[in-house]
Amino acid sequence: MSTAIELKAVTKNFGNTEIIRGVDLAIPRGERHAVIGPNGAGKSTLFNLISGRYPLSGGDILLNGESVSGLKPFEINRRGLSRSFQITNIFQRMSVFENVRCAVLWSLGYKYSFWHRLGGLKDANLRAEEVMESIGLKARRDTSAGVLSYAEQRALEIGITIAGGAEVILLDEPTAGMSRTETADAVELIRKVSQGKTLIMVEHDMGVVFDLADKISVLVYGEVIASDKPQNIRGNKAVQEAYLGTEAH
Amino acid sequence: MSKLRYRPINLGRWLVWGITALVMIVLPLIFTSGFTLTIMSQIGVGIIFALSYNMLLGQGGMLSFGHAVYSGLGAYFTVHALNLISKGTFYFPVTLAPIIGGVAGAFFGVIFGYVTTKKSGTTFAMISLGIGEMVFACSLMFSDFFGGEAGIATNRVMGSNVLGITYGPAIQVYYLIIGWALVCMAAMYAWTQTPLGRMANAVRDNPERAEFVGYDTHMVRFLTLVLSGFFAGIAGGLSSINYEIVTAENLGALASGSVLIATFVGGAGYFFGPIIGIIVFFVMVTAVGGITQAWLFYLGLLFLIMVLYAPGGFASLILMHVPVIKARLMRRLWLPYAAAAITGVVLLAGLVSVVEMTYHYSAEADTNPGMALFGLAFNVTSYTPWAVAAGLLVGGFIVSRFAWKAVGKAWGEIILGLQERRA
Repeated sequence: MSTAIELKAVTKNFGNTEIIRGVDLAIPRGERHAVIGPNGAGKSTLFNLISGRYPLSGGDILLNGESVSGLKPFEINRRGLSRSFQITNIFQRMSVFENVRCAVLWSLGYKYSFWHRLGGLKDANLRAEEVMESIGLKARRDTSAGVLSYAEQRALEIGITIAGGAEVILLDEPTAGMSRTETADAVELIRKVSQGKTLIMVEHDMGVVFDLADKISVLVYGEVIASDKPQNIRGNKAVQEAYLGTEAH
Repeated sequence: MSKLRYRPINLGRWLVWGITALVMIVLPLIFTSGFTLTIMSQIGVGIIFALSYNMLLGQGGMLSFGHAVYSGLGAYFTVHALNLISKGTFYFPVTLAPIIGGVAGAFFGVIFGYVTTKKSGTTFAMISLGIGEMVFACSLMFSDFFGGEAGIATNRVMGSNVLGITYGPAIQVYYLIIGWALVCMAAMYAWTQTPLGRMANAVRDNPERAEFVGYDTHMVRFLTLVLSGFFAGIAGGLSSINYEIVTAENLGALASGSVLIATFVGGAGYFFGPIIGIIVFFVMVTAVGGITQAWLFYLGLLFLIMVLYAPGGFASLILMHVPVIKARLMRRLWLPYAAAAITGVVLLAGLVSVVEMTYHYSAEADTNPGMALFGLAFNVTSYTPWAVAAGLLVGGFIVSRFAWKAVGKAWGEIILGLQERRA
C-alpha cells in the first residue's frame, strides 16, 4: 500500500521550547490513523504543521510522495489534504449550503471565476447538496451556520472538510464537547465520509479512537512513543504509563 | 442521490431592478430643473462609486481610506483621452469614454492592490490611507499630468452628432450616466453571485477557513480590489464627462472619506445599502447644505448616530421590518414609532436651534445679531431664544428616551412573537 503522508524527523520549536521533537510517521493510503496523547503533547501542533498552518523548524513532510514543507495551507489543500479544527471554524454568516458550496468550488475548477454564475454551477450545487445529505444537514440547508447547534456545527465542519474531495483528511478532535448520543452519531458520520480515504484524527475520547482507528500513534512531549494497531496499543506498557492508565482497558 | 432544487425566475428581483431602471429614466421628466438634473447626475456617478467601494468594504471586508485614488486616476485618464480625441489624435466615442477610466482604475488596482491586499484589517486600512496620500501628493507634484491645483479641463462636446447626441445638454449626460450606472449596478450585483464574489464573502468572514478550502486569500482580495478599481474608474470617467474638469480633489482624502461615510450610512452589508447611502449623502450635501453651512456637522452627527445605533445602516433598518410586515405585526409599531418621531422632531429642533444659533453667534453676533430659524426671526444675543432652544433640546432628549424605550419594548414583544410562531 503506498504512503499517503509521511513525516520525516519533523521538529517544531516556539522560541527555545521544543514542541515537536523529531516525529517520524508513515501513514498508508486508506488508513484511519488516530494520534492520541495527553494535553500539551503537541497533537494539534502536529496537525498545524502537516496542514501548513505553522512552518516546520526541521524535517520534512511528504504528501503522496511530494514534499509539502514550506507550502501555504491553500497550496497543501490543492494537493489533496483537508482539515477540520478543534474549535469550530466555519463561515458563520453564510447558510449551511453556502458553507459547503464554498468548500467545493476550488476542487471543481471554478477557482477565482467571476464569469460563472453560482446558481448555474450544476456540479458544484449538486455536490454541495450531496455533502449536506451525507452530514445530515439537508433540512438545515438555508439556515445560517452561526445559529446551528454545536453538534450541527461540528457536522458542518466535517462537511466543509470533505466537500472538496480531498484524499487525506485531518480531523482535530471531531467529537470534543459532544454528548454521548452526538458522539455516536459523529462516529458514524466520520466512518461514512472517510470511506476509502486516508483519515488522520486527533481525539481524546478513547472509545471513538478504538472504534474508528486502524492504527494509533501515541504522542508524548512531542515524540511518538508508540505507533501500532489498537489492540497492541492497549497492551503497550509505555503507553499505559505515559497516557492511558487503566481507562483504556 | 440529491436533486437540485428547481428555482424559477426570481420575479421579485426582476421587479426591483425594473422599477429602479424605470425610476431613473422617468425622474428627469418629473423634476425638470437644471439643478435637480445636476444632483441626479451626481447621484448616478456616486452610486457606481459607492457600489464599487462596497465591493471592498461590504463584500470583501476591506476598509479602504483611499478608494478615490482609483476613481480619481480614472477621471484623469478619461479627461486626457477626451482631450486627445477632440484634437483628433485618435477616435473613440464619448459614450464609451468611461471605459478608459475603468481600465485606468483597474490598472492602478493591479499596481497598488498587489501591495495593499497582502494584509487585511487594520494593516490594509493603513496602507490604503498611505497610498491615498501618496497619490494625492503626486497630483500636486506632477502638474503636466494632473494640472496642478487648477486641474485638467476638457470639452465633452466633440466630433460629429450621432442621432442628435452631442452631450451638450445636461439631460443627455444624465442619460449617459444612468445608462452606465444601470450596467455597472447589474455587473456588480452579478459579481456577488460568482465564485469570486462568494469567496470574497468567505475571506471577509473567515480568512483562515477560506485558505483551508483551497483559496489564496491574498489573491481573492487582490482580484476584488482590481475589479472594484475598474468600476471606480468608470465612475471617475463619468464624473469627468459630467463636470468637464478633474482636479486633485477627485482623488483626495475627502472624496475617499465621503464614499466611506455614504456606504456605511446606507449599509455596507447589503448590496443596495450604498445606493441609499449615496442618496442620503447628496440630500445632506445639497438640501441641507443649501440651507445651512453647518451641513458637515449634521452629516458627521448622522454618521455617529448610525455607527452607534444602526451599524447595519439604513438598509438594515428597512430590512428588519420585512419579517414584521410579513407577519402583519406592523400595527404594534405604529404608535411607538409615532411617539418616537414626534419627540425626535422636538429633540432635533432643539439641537438644530443650538447649533445654528451658536454658529450665528460666533460668526456674526457683533455685526448682525438678528437671525431667522424655522420661520421665526429673533435676536441671537437675547436670552429667550437660548432658553427655548435649551428647553427643546433637554425636553426632547428626555421624552425621546421614553419614546425609544416604548419602541424597544414593542420590538421585544414582536421578536418573541415571531420566535413563538417559528417554534
